[in-house]
Amino acid sequence: MSKGFFSGLLATLVGLWSFTAISETDGVFDEYRELMGDDNPAIFVIYDGEEIWFTPAGPKSVSLAQCDLGLGPGVVEGAYAQLPRYFSDAQRVQDIEARLEYCMTHLQGRSPDKVRANAYSQRGELGTELEALVAWIADQSSGLTIAPAQAHAKERSAYTLGESLFYYRAGPHDFSCATCHEQTGRRIRLQALPNLTTHQGAAAAYSTWPAYRVSQGIVRTMGWRMRDCMRQQRMPELIMGSEASVALQTYLSVNGAGGSMAAPGLKR
Amino acid sequence: MASRIRIRAQLKDDYCEVKALMRHPMETGLRKDQSGAAIPANFIEDVQVVHNDAVVMQAYWGAAVSANPFLGVRFKGGAQGDVVKIIWRDNQGDSGSGETTIR
Repeated sequence: MSKGFFSGLLATLVGLWSFTAISETDGVFDEYRELMGDDNPAIFVIYDGEEIWFTPAGPKSVSLAQCDLGLGPGVVEGAYAQLPRYFSDAQRVQDIEARLEYCMTHLQGRSPDKVRANAYSQRGELGTELEALVAWIADQSSGLTIAPAQAHAKERSAYTLGESLFYYRAGPHDFSCATCHEQTGRRIRLQALPNLTTHQGAAAAYSTWPAYRVSQGIVRTMGWRMRDCMRQQRMPELIMGSEASVALQTYLSVNGAGGSMAAPGLKR
Repeated sequence: MASRIRIRAQLKDDYCEVKALMRHPMETGLRKDQSGAAIPANFIEDVQVVHNDAVVMQAYWGAAVSANPFLGVRFKGGAQGDVVKIIWRDNQGDSGSGETTIR
C-alpha cells in the first residue's frame, strides 16, 4: 500500500476523532420528535405497567399496590421525581429499580435472582415487566419537579459516590462518564452529548428517561442507560439497583433537581 | 399481542387529518433472539383507513416498516362527527382495529 493511502487514512482518523461543536440539539431527530407529537409508543407500555402494578404475582400472590415508593404505601403519583432516596426499611438509598426489586421480593415473595435476571429486555424481547412498571411510574411524575431527597447522610454520600464514579477513569479505553459528558455543545456521531455536570444538561437527560428507543422498539430505563454507558466504556457490568447504579443516578438527579420530568421520553 | 391503536382524526382547512399509532412488533424475520434462534416474521401486511363505510386509503406494508408504526393520512370529504376507522391485518393472520370520530 502506498504512503498516500496511509496519510489519507490518518487524515480520516483525525477527522473522525475531532468532535464538531454544534448547538445543543439532536438535529434532525428533533424534527422527528416534533412530528410524532405526543404519539410516543411508550403509551402502550405505560398501560401495561399500570396493569402489572395492580395484578397479583409471586408466591404470595399479591399485587404491588402496597409498595412504598417513598411517599407512602401505594402512592405512585409524584414518587419517581423524588427518587433516588433513602428507605429506612431497606436501610439504603434506592432508585426505582432497586425499590421495585425490594417490593417484588418482600411483598410478593419472589426470588431476587429471578427478578434481576429478567429486568431488562434482551435481544429480541419486546419489553419486560420492570420496564413497563418504570414507564408507568415515571409517567405518574410527568410535569413534576425533579426533587431527589438529600436530607439523609446516605443520600448525600450516594451523591458523592456518584460524582466520583462519574469522573473515575478506568477500563481498556481509560474512559470515564466525564470523557463524553463534561463539556457543552459536543456530539458523538450525530448524537448531541449532554453536559451532565451542568444543571441544564443533567435536567434534560434525567427528565427524559425512561424513554422509548425508536431503534429498539422498547422502553429503556435510566438504570439501563447507566449500564449501557458502562458497557460502552468497556467497564465491568453495572448491576441493576446496585450501590454504583443508584449513586450515578443520584448524581444526575441532584444535578438536574428543579427541572421538570417529561418521561417517558422519545429517543433515537 | 394486544391489538391496540391510538387514533385521532381532526378537521383542518379542507381536509381531515388522521393520525394513528399501532402497537405491533413488526418483526422482519431476520432477527435472532438471545439464544440465536430466528424470530419468526410478524409484520402488518395490509392497512385500511375507512371513513364512514368507504375505504379512503389502503396500504400494503412489509418488514421495512418500524415497530409500533405511526401512520398519518389526509383525506377530503370528512365532516365533524364522522367515524374514521383503521383496520390492519398481519402476515400471521392477526388483525386489529380502532376507531374515532372526526373532531
